Amino acid sequence: MGVDKTLDKNIILSKLDRALGWARKYSIFQYPFVTACCGMEYMSVACSHFDIDRFGAGFPRFSPRQADLLMVVGTISHKIAPILRTVYEQMCEPKWVIAFGVCTCTGGFYNNYATVQGIDTIIPVDVYIPGCPPRPETVLDGLIKLQEKIQNQKQEI
Amino acid sequence: MIRDSPSLVQGARKIETENDEKTMETTTKELKTKHMFLNMGPAHPAMHGIIKIVLELDGETVINADIDIGYLHRCFEKHCENGNYMQAIPYTDRLNYVSPLINNVGYVMAVEKLFGIEVPKRCQYIRVIMSEISRITDHLTCIGATAMELGAMTVFLYMMKAREYLYDLIEDVSGARITTSYTRIGGVKTDLPDDFKEKCREALKELRSVLEEVHRLLTKNRIFVDRMRGVGKISQEFAQSYGITGPFLRSTGIGYDVRKANPYLIYDSVEFKIPTGIEGDNLDRYLVRMEEMEQSSRIIEQALRDIPEGSVRVDLLDRIIESSEMIDLAKMGKTKELILTHSKVAPTLEGSEVQSHFRINVDKRTIVIPSKQDTYSNIEGLMNHFMLIMYKDGIRAPEGEVYFPVEGANGELGFYIVSNGTDRPHRVRVRPPCFPIMAAFHEIIQGDMVADIIPTFGSVNMIGGELDR
Amino acid sequence: MKEEGSVFEKIKEKFPEGFISRHSFRGDDTIIIHREYLYRIAEYLKESEEFRFNILMDLTAVDYLGRGYRFEVVYHLYSMDFNRRVRLKVPLLEREAVVDSLVPLWSCANWYEREVWDMFGIRFNGHPHLKRILLYEEFEGHPLRKDYPIDKRQPLIGPGSKEDRNRK
Repeated sequence: MGVDKTLDKNIILSKLDRALGWARKYSIFQYPFVTACCGMEYMSVACSHFDIDRFGAGFPRFSPRQADLLMVVGTISHKIAPILRTVYEQMCEPKWVIAFGVCTCTGGFYNNYATVQGIDTIIPVDVYIPGCPPRPETVLDGLIKLQEKIQNQKQEI
Repeated sequence: MIRDSPSLVQGARKIETENDEKTMETTTKELKTKHMFLNMGPAHPAMHGIIKIVLELDGETVINADIDIGYLHRCFEKHCENGNYMQAIPYTDRLNYVSPLINNVGYVMAVEKLFGIEVPKRCQYIRVIMSEISRITDHLTCIGATAMELGAMTVFLYMMKAREYLYDLIEDVSGARITTSYTRIGGVKTDLPDDFKEKCREALKELRSVLEEVHRLLTKNRIFVDRMRGVGKISQEFAQSYGITGPFLRSTGIGYDVRKANPYLIYDSVEFKIPTGIEGDNLDRYLVRMEEMEQSSRIIEQALRDIPEGSVRVDLLDRIIESSEMIDLAKMGKTKELILTHSKVAPTLEGSEVQSHFRINVDKRTIVIPSKQDTYSNIEGLMNHFMLIMYKDGIRAPEGEVYFPVEGANGELGFYIVSNGTDRPHRVRVRPPCFPIMAAFHEIIQGDMVADIIPTFGSVNMIGGELDR
Repeated sequence: MKEEGSVFEKIKEKFPEGFISRHSFRGDDTIIIHREYLYRIAEYLKESEEFRFNILMDLTAVDYLGRGYRFEVVYHLYSMDFNRRVRLKVPLLEREAVVDSLVPLWSCANWYEREVWDMFGIRFNGHPHLKRILLYEEFEGHPLRKDYPIDKRQPLIGPGSKEDRNRK
């Protein structure tokens, strides 16, 4: 339910929505759910060479209760899928999910009995970053697209 | 203030004197305690991979532990049976993803042992240089992550900075930073670029300055040494009964290294030492890894000095034309002018031209795909490429089985390949170096405290892709 | 360094009923033995003064579907003192896929044997706790057998799983 529904119809809240969007997009607390090789690129993105901190997302919070962005990094197997769903459900609204790497987008070239063929079969995903592993510039591009999405969506209070 | 009221203070003093006979120890002995079960679950902040450790604790001390693995099982062995020998190479990258080139080299050497072929000298030098660069990236990541978990965030950032220089080098040679798929059966994909020697020397200089800074920050640091010294101790018999190899074994004093025991490629013609520890605890493993990085740099420098010359880039300008021009001429029927010309390869295929092809690949048409210029400009090359790649054709191996060990960053990485004479392997088995270490882990942490598990686990350098395959 | 062929000769001499055959391919020595003699031969190779194969490098299995002896359990041994390797192979019938556990000799055999049970379904007598290691407990079947298709799905949650079917 948006904020404008609680007020009279002749009050426009576009500025508040945009201000909240601006604040949320530049202070992202990420929960890196790192499993596999994409974790190496995640480490490169988080460190000084391809600094993700300049986009405001440089502070990983290792508890899902304190995070608002779930970055699923690396292949998800069926053994860990229930745990991923539990972690997602423990996060509070508003929350976003990035599928980092092609194994999380569609399963990659692991078309087998143990790999989840895309995490969007389990949890809803906002941005898909393909690549095996994606270059750090691709990750930053994906993050900027997520920031645009956060800015333009209806902000819930 | 109530606190300062004289009667209350006197009352407190009175209780204190009464309790003087009863000490803390006797009070705690009278309290009943139970062991607690704590789950260090699969998704935990130690950025090493996913593993579940169920601990039985008495206060802070670990009484018993149960390790649960398999959260990253990606069916490597089954995929290898479903594709041919060359299609398994991208899957091997993702085994130990911090040092992918060592896996590539190991698999390809096992297949070459099956065929009974040996690659040219320049190719051997290239494989050794890339393996050692991969080993350095593995040790950098391991030490950086361990230090970060103990609170030394600066060390992690410095190590990642050094790793970026090496990733740039790897990217120049193979085209990708992490999952390279660089080696081929019978050779490597492309030759080294022209300016590789200078860039490599620059990168090693940067690496050495980072290692010196890290030594100054960590090696004599009171907090770091206190947390690592005496923790996670193992004895030589324990290590041998579990089949542990690599820096874990070398920290106990046994100097077993596959590069010296069963030398492969050119390791018997370069000089390097095997660092060994004394006590077998975490601090020794850290020191062994730091010294191994220095020894790997020595190997790279010697290899760069001794590598046989690459192809002579003869100026064939009048014999190399653009592929689009070549196609146009062919369509118009002017094929007589195309004899002995080659088409220009795209920038992504640089390094695999005809001149360098036989220096980095074995001269066997039934195993090695032809150079890109041949594939794209003449029909024999195209047919050769086609017969080696398409389904049901491909490389035929003789029947038999081989086991080939290489020295991975964690220990002995062995590939056991069973062939039934077709183009697909019957069975490919990886002997993961960190599997026996994790099998022994529940005994290593017994008696230590919960906070000691973190540096011990970091020094194991468990890589999920290798452990669970 | 012992001369080549001496391991074969000694095993043939000491355990003539247990020895089936041997071969050497590309420098790797392989000995094929009967499953009843596995523990004795492995103990002899580990404890004897002339061999001292004190490290169990690898323990795995291979599925030869369509052959009489369907499975083969493969042991790679290494002697650190003499720098020698040997491979032991034990052929098994499908209906009698049981072999002795080597946990009393080498502690790392514990996890290797659990993996072979998980992937192939071969049981080990005397193993302390034989349960799945790489796959989840609810998984049915043994995936590395040749008759298990690679893309058969058995998810725990998500489409195709039991909870999904119950919901429908």
